Amino acid sequence: MAGYILRRLLQAIPVLLGTTFLIYFMVFAMPGDPLLALFGDKTPNPALLERLRQEYHLDQPFIVQYFLYLGGIFRGDFGTSFSGEAVSDILARTFPVTIRLAIMALIIEFVGGVLIGLVSGLRKGKLFDASALVVSLIFISLPIFVIAFVAQYIFGIQLGWARTTVSTGAPIQDLILPAFVLASISFAQLIRLTRASVIETQGLDFVRTAYGKGLSRRRIIPVHILRNSLIPVVTYAATDFGVLLVGATVTEGIFNVPGVGRTLYQAIIRGEGPTVVSFVTVMVLIYLAVNLVVDLLYGLLDPRIRYVK
Amino acid sequence: MSNNSFTPTPKHFVAPLEETPLVAIDAVNVGERPSNLWIDAWRDMRRRPMFWISAVIILLVIVVALFPTLFTSVPPNDNCQLSNSNGGPTSDHLLGFTKQGCDVFSRLVHGTSTSLSVGIIVTILTTVLGILFGAFAGFYGGWLDSILSRAGDIFFSIPYILAAVVIMSVFSAYRNVFIISLAIGIFAWPATARVLRAEILRVKNSDYVMAARATGVTNFRILVRHVLPNSIAPVIVVTTISLGAAIVAEATLSFLGVGLPNSTMSWGNDISAAQVDLRTAPQTLIYPSLALSITVLAFIMMGEVIRDALDPKARAQR
Repeated sequence: MAGYILRRLLQAIPVLLGTTFLIYFMVFAMPGDPLLALFGDKTPNPALLERLRQEYHLDQPFIVQYFLYLGGIFRGDFGTSFSGEAVSDILARTFPVTIRLAIMALIIEFVGGVLIGLVSGLRKGKLFDASALVVSLIFISLPIFVIAFVAQYIFGIQLGWARTTVSTGAPIQDLILPAFVLASISFAQLIRLTRASVIETQGLDFVRTAYGKGLSRRRIIPVHILRNSLIPVVTYAATDFGVLLVGATVTEGIFNVPGVGRTLYQAIIRGEGPTVVSFVTVMVLIYLAVNLVVDLLYGLLDPRIRYVK
Repeated sequence: MSNNSFTPTPKHFVAPLEETPLVAIDAVNVGERPSNLWIDAWRDMRRRPMFWISAVIILLVIVVALFPTLFTSVPPNDNCQLSNSNGGPTSDHLLGFTKQGCDVFSRLVHGTSTSLSVGIIVTILTTVLGILFGAFAGFYGGWLDSILSRAGDIFFSIPYILAAVVIMSVFSAYRNVFIISLAIGIFAWPATARVLRAEILRVKNSDYVMAARATGVTNFRILVRHVLPNSIAPVIVVTTISLGAAIVAEATLSFLGVGLPNSTMSWGNDISAAQVDLRTAPQTLIYPSLALSITVLAFIMMGEVIRDALDPKARAQR
């Protein structure tokens, strides 16, 4: 087990270095001198310019700058936003909201996806199955902002069941509609995965044996079929948590949820390049960290994975 | 090899000998066209309504993109009158007007080529990069595989919308169809590469590859002539589906305001401009969204049909 954890951690290092390097490189490619931009139309004092250049390490070669930046990241220094607030402070304020939203979305998509997928799989080829497949196709092809607007229009404006924007503090009842919208990203995938898995499990010998022993369907379906079909589904749902955290950008922006995604969304809309880059870096790191934790948990839960290279 | 002597498979002996003459069993219809994966797939596909529906939609989208003036005589930007702002449908302008008083339908028709060209350029880019990386990694293996696969992991681990947001922020002065396609494609190729690599690992130990090697064919020629053609099927599926995904990505970036400039007509831009008027003029938001969704749906449906046709296992699950 220790060997497995060590191997996974070692494998994460090149990916971590590579991704931060790529992002840094893309930003470095940005045309124009950032310091000159600070002064606007005025001509800066050369001595001041020189001092700032040293202070921000801009006189160092690119690779040195990158490692200084990387060191900052490891100390929790992600830079400052356009308004002067430290990115880490904004994160501390907004991240809990995003996590709450992502967990709600995960629960919704898991419960809904597994239930519909199970029924579809058990009634393969029947009307329910066919309609579930069509609906899942439609969900796959609808962009998230279209789903968000349609939900806002129907449930917020026409029916008046939910608020179109989330009030301060992001109480759970306000987050239900955004969570449903966010859940729709991978809802369809979960239905299909569960359905395929249920169909496969249904044909296995132990299910036939259970029927042969005269067990009732009420026992066979939840205990024998569902439980054994859930392994790939749980795997998918766990890796999906990272996608939900990152994918919340558009949803949070539209529903005005005060989370990490909205901060990024607003920075993008206002064209605040450096803030966008800091937040994207943070989100990529979160995404990598979540995936690493999920991988490690699997090793704990399923011994087969530990020994497969 | 043990296959030198002819060992009949049990299938040959199903029919009772005294009833069927041996000649009839061994008779093979030489005139029949040899069936292969592609012919089988085509036979399967053309029986499915989903294939025809998506094919018709895709054809229609292509024709609209190439010849927009066939479908609308109203110029998209010239005749805009602010007195028509957010106006409802009239007999000449069936889908109503945008906030700037332009014809919604005309903008839809003229915006088609933007979405489609981004989709096609991204797909070409991801397919070329994916085939290069996937084929060399899978076929040559060893250290080359390690390097190429790790490089793919790095690009794969950055969600490509976020990466595209950064690239588009960096190149904010040069936003056009090519830059946005590059921004999406440069981080989307590892999906193709992974699928191809996995398939090549499966194919490269086949008997026919060994036979080619035994006759002295060079490695590169084996890869191009034997391995690639036999492992390209899953790539086609990924490609068709990713074309739809690329169109969504362009719309999302334009929606976020880091996509194409407002002067370029695109569905994403129209949706983005219409979002503030959801309450008062839903038609300006709904029609571009509908056009976008139907186009993407067609490509994804096509991908699914091809996947089902090429994969016997998926066919059995249907």
